[in-house]
Amino acid sequence: MSADPSDHAAHGHHEIEMPHASMRDYAIGFVLSVILTAIPFWLVMERPLGAAATATIIMILAMVQIVVHMVFFLHMTPKAEGGWSLTSLLFTVIVVVIMLAGSLWVMHHLNTNMMPPMHDTSQLP
Amino acid sequence: MTARTIAADQSVEFYNLDEHPHPEGHSTMLGFWIYLMSDCLIFAILFACYAVLGGNYAAGPAPKDLFDLKLIALNTAMLLFSSITYGFAVLQMQRGRVKGTQIWLAVTGLFGLAFLGIELYEFHHLIEIGATPQRSAFLSAFFTLVGTHGLHVTFGIIWLVTLMVQLGKHGLGAANRRRVMCLSMFWHFLDVVWIGVFTIVYLMGVLR
Repeated sequence: MSADPSDHAAHGHHEIEMPHASMRDYAIGFVLSVILTAIPFWLVMERPLGAAATATIIMILAMVQIVVHMVFFLHMTPKAEGGWSLTSLLFTVIVVVIMLAGSLWVMHHLNTNMMPPMHDTSQLP
Repeated sequence: MTARTIAADQSVEFYNLDEHPHPEGHSTMLGFWIYLMSDCLIFAILFACYAVLGGNYAAGPAPKDLFDLKLIALNTAMLLFSSITYGFAVLQMQRGRVKGTQIWLAVTGLFGLAFLGIELYEFHHLIEIGATPQRSAFLSAFFTLVGTHGLHVTFGIIWLVTLMVQLGKHGLGAANRRRVMCLSMFWHFLDVVWIGVFTIVYLMGVLR
């Protein structure tokens, strides 16, 4: 064990694991992102499809684009930081999905079941 | 006799109870990633709020009346360009070029400023026509979500300028390389959040 702190400060950057970026990664990521951004904007601005189909497609494309950014821009790999980056990401995704789906589900039921009746004829004189 | 002996075929195991030396900043990248994940939770809460409240217009304007998709497309392009230029800064850093890193960081900052400028123009326009955060639950949720993202970009630009000064003073040492990579994660993460914003708030809003 080295007792001299300046020793590993000097050689520190050789030991720190940093993701290695390449021009190829950034170029692929950028081209894919441009395509995956242009298609949803075009679909909504020009409306070649129905509303339900358009909504489904743009949600799927957004999810694909998030994965593209994670892989090509954030250099996410299963091996990064000994797997802990991916583990914490998966944990966050699980929490986010529970929170989003739960909020929408609960609030939708509140809206449909507890809304006061709009045209309650029995109350009319 | 109860004393245990080690059998000949069993290997002897040693446990190193002393902590071995860690290189300085060895856990910064993972720590920063975990910070980003917590930030992700903040945005998830704001997205959930928007998803729940986004339909409550209080007889006020709806997304269809307010959003100009051409402007949003331009804004998205600014953020996307800033992502690739930040990538170029990282590549210059890997080649050990201080000047090149600084130049690409500056270009990234300009794209970030353009993004902020367009966003502030949009907010100003909305408030001017009476679509203020107080108008309806939809507009409160909209300004909170998009404003929080804009605030993150603002702080990203402040950090970017700080980093350019640090690079000019100290060059590409281990600490500065680490900072460039952390800001890289932050910047690309903001782009990921923006994918959610333009899809759910703007595109789905106009579609609704």
